[in-house]
Amino acid sequence: MNEELLKIENLTTSFRIGDDYYAAVDHVSLAVKKNEILAIVGESGSGKSALAFSVMGLHTRAKTEGQIYYKGQDIVNLPPSKLNKLRGKEMGMIFQDPLSALNPLMIIGDQIEEILLLHNPKLSSKERKAKAIDLLQKVGIPRPEHTYTQYPHQLSGGMRQRVIIAIAIANEPSLLIADEPTTALDVTIQLQILDLIRKLKNDINAGIILITHDLGVVAEMADRVAVMYAGQIVEIADIYSLISNARHPYTRSLLNSIPASNEKQEKLHVIQGIVPSLKNLPRKGCRFKARIPWIDESAHEENPQMHEVAPGHFVRCTCYKGFHFPDHN
Amino acid sequence: MAILEVKDLKVYFPIRTGLFSRHTGDVKAVDHVNLSIEQGMTYGLVGESGSGKTTTGRAIIGLNQITSGSVLFNGTDLAKGGRRSNLNIRRDIQMIFQDPYSSLNPKKRVWDIVAEPLRNFERLSPQEEKKRVLELLEQVNLSPESIFKYPHEFSGGQRQRIGIARAIALKPKLIIADEPVSALDVSVQAQVLNFMREIQKDLNLTYLFISHDLGIIKHMCDRIGIMYKGRYVEEGNADDIFNNPQHIYTKRLIAAIPDIDPTRREERLKFRESVKAEYEQAYRDYFDEEGLAYPMKSVSATHSVALPGRG
Amino acid sequence: MWKVIVRRFFVMVPQVVLLSILVFLLAKSMPGDALTGMIDPSIDPAALEAQREKLGLNNPWYIQYWDWITKAVQGDLGQSFRFKMPVTDLIGQRLLNTVWLSVATLLLTYMIAIPLGIISGRYNDTWKDRLITGYTYFGFAAPLFIFGLLMLWVFGFTLNWFPTGGSVEPGLAKGSFAYAVSKFYHLLLPAMSMALIATVTTVQYLRSEIIDTKQREFILTARAKGASESRVYNRHILRNSLLPIAALSGYEITGLIGGSIFIESIFSYPGMGQLFISSIMIRDFSVVTALVLLYGIASILGALLSDIILSIVDPRIRIQ
Repeated sequence: MNEELLKIENLTTSFRIGDDYYAAVDHVSLAVKKNEILAIVGESGSGKSALAFSVMGLHTRAKTEGQIYYKGQDIVNLPPSKLNKLRGKEMGMIFQDPLSALNPLMIIGDQIEEILLLHNPKLSSKERKAKAIDLLQKVGIPRPEHTYTQYPHQLSGGMRQRVIIAIAIANEPSLLIADEPTTALDVTIQLQILDLIRKLKNDINAGIILITHDLGVVAEMADRVAVMYAGQIVEIADIYSLISNARHPYTRSLLNSIPASNEKQEKLHVIQGIVPSLKNLPRKGCRFKARIPWIDESAHEENPQMHEVAPGHFVRCTCYKGFHFPDHN
Repeated sequence: MAILEVKDLKVYFPIRTGLFSRHTGDVKAVDHVNLSIEQGMTYGLVGESGSGKTTTGRAIIGLNQITSGSVLFNGTDLAKGGRRSNLNIRRDIQMIFQDPYSSLNPKKRVWDIVAEPLRNFERLSPQEEKKRVLELLEQVNLSPESIFKYPHEFSGGQRQRIGIARAIALKPKLIIADEPVSALDVSVQAQVLNFMREIQKDLNLTYLFISHDLGIIKHMCDRIGIMYKGRYVEEGNADDIFNNPQHIYTKRLIAAIPDIDPTRREERLKFRESVKAEYEQAYRDYFDEEGLAYPMKSVSATHSVALPGRG
Repeated sequence: MWKVIVRRFFVMVPQVVLLSILVFLLAKSMPGDALTGMIDPSIDPAALEAQREKLGLNNPWYIQYWDWITKAVQGDLGQSFRFKMPVTDLIGQRLLNTVWLSVATLLLTYMIAIPLGIISGRYNDTWKDRLITGYTYFGFAAPLFIFGLLMLWVFGFTLNWFPTGGSVEPGLAKGSFAYAVSKFYHLLLPAMSMALIATVTTVQYLRSEIIDTKQREFILTARAKGASESRVYNRHILRNSLLPIAALSGYEITGLIGGSIFIESIFSYPGMGQLFISSIMIRDFSVVTALVLLYGIASILGALLSDIILSIVDPRIRIQ
């Protein structure tokens, strides 16, 4: 067994709207091991990015409850100075939009060197530059010395994303969080970036949280998958069980709504209704209930719990037991 | 007979340099593009960013100036004469845009958004107009009370359906859909794609479907054209492209589609390695000195590929 | 970058030409001409007409314009009939005073705006921010000429802290240290009055830039790197927020012109603005025309300056 790198217990992250707090992440528990890719899948509004931001402590106006243990230490209420020792050194983050995640007024070299400087102030400026160029080389940038002196707007989307990755891995973090790392990229570039992330995982033996809405990317990359819906994890399992034996109605609906690459169906499955907004979340009961009205009310739990349906495979709410797709759909 | 026939289409954007902005060259956004679409079919135009697929679509509908070539819609050349002269034909071609958030005017009610094309082309009394708008909303499965709402009150999928209602208001024959679902979540994507197919049957629509997502293209399209740097590299029926790709670029593109089956990971990895090796090795055979594709040659009745002259 | 600047410079030339034609035509369209004012029963109208012919006042407008503009380029802007001296000399004396006042105002504007904008933007929606935004609303609402009068009355006449008129103490030797100090002393109150009002736009602008930049994704990148809050602000937020402020500085000149016209009149400060108002009052048209032309050119130069600054500080424009 690999040791647990990150362990999240009952994490709830709420935002204040008006006079009330609304939970974007609601009692989430999960763990990431070394050298493992855990994918977190969900649609927009599912709370997957909010979860990642909570781990990195990037929310500025949120209430965070529960525990996040990083190598055994609870980091939820860590003072900023201590948190800053972890961020960028122990934990790295790759952002979604490669253009806006880089400072438009700083050359690439300075942006990489900043993270080296922050965690390794003893390096001479010469050493730092050498390291930065080395990192650019590592992420597959063809002319690193040249790119070092360029500004973000001079690079293509794929190249910018490589720079972001170079920054994230600069100090060889043990935990890497990738928030939709390839969503803004073309398929061939996506493939290269995913290859790079896979290679880095092996190189630095990191645990990776991969956040995405693309089940194809998940199937290509993940060891384990957590499916999020309306702030909660509804299903968590290893990748093989999740794809071949998904149990939760939401996971199954999601899988059925992708245009399959092998057979030509006439109609794709459609999930009724829309993801409820933060303010309109049902506070009690199964959150997916409204979207599968053909399932009997009594199939749902009043206070939905995670059920272990196979070793390491958990599903929320008992409604999975009698779930079937409606005929008329 | 083809409803749309594009012949040797070129869209060049001038490059101006120096102090006096002299015209020193062109960005050949679309170069020697030929395509034809049969009535009632869906034609998929695929390519990565910068391939010229969007510019092609926009040139057909008249949003980009055509440098040369012809766009025959039911036999009439739209490239000749300005937008004005072909006004009556223009109403038969409509567009669905990528971003349902920015393509609808946030200050207008759904009524005004959907009625806009009607107001441009038809003179209707307010009652008639309201009746038509309500019919259209019904067609796209939106409730009658939406007519007085504003775009921000709808979800992404609903907004895209408002965009579709606007596009079908004039009962067009051809719809150019530019990445119509790429801004949407998977489940919503499915909703819009299903819906586009339904109205295609109901209204006998022809689609030019522009997308970078080969999974969706495969699901939707009968015929497919692959573009790279402004030129066609391969064109064929869906079966030709997905089961018998001939150009290395097409092969590479198809190999890059994420596979939903995790048990085939190793297999895919090896396959991609081999495609990558082939791509690197055969690059010079498939592209000229400027890295552009060669002219198209037909390899079967339905299938043509950009192959070098000597091949 | 040089290309941008040189090209921008060429764009400016037709702007200035157009401005000069406009100013000339406006001046022409005003009733009367230089000789109308000399109506004297003893002068024969025929002689006046002959004089008009001699001075070219009966020529078509473009010939008159050409005469005027060729002279203007050589520094001859005509005669002031009030002061009976060349307009160029008249303005020359006052130009420097106005420039000093403007520079002082601009410096004070930024000295107030930058710290206030930073505090307001960084701690938005706290009491500090509310206090500062309260001040900016006051600044937006208060008319400059009333505020100027108030300042003059309080600090000039009531408290006697500052002189109430002129640009320098009479009788001091030009170039002496005391002369310079006195000059500075004289422009402090008018400059401060103008700056306190003019700065509110910049405060608000900087505040909203900072609030905007705070939410940009590269700020998250900086935090994810482990940068401290102060570093995030100094290194990333501030630099990116000050850029548009710097770029707008040239346009401030236009605002300063408007402000200085009021302020100089209120403080009896012998600058171009005061000259402008008094010349309008007594219809000294050659002076007014020349001043309007100068103000126009200053505004155009301000816009040019803004573009040049932007092309220097923003790499997205500098390197294309």
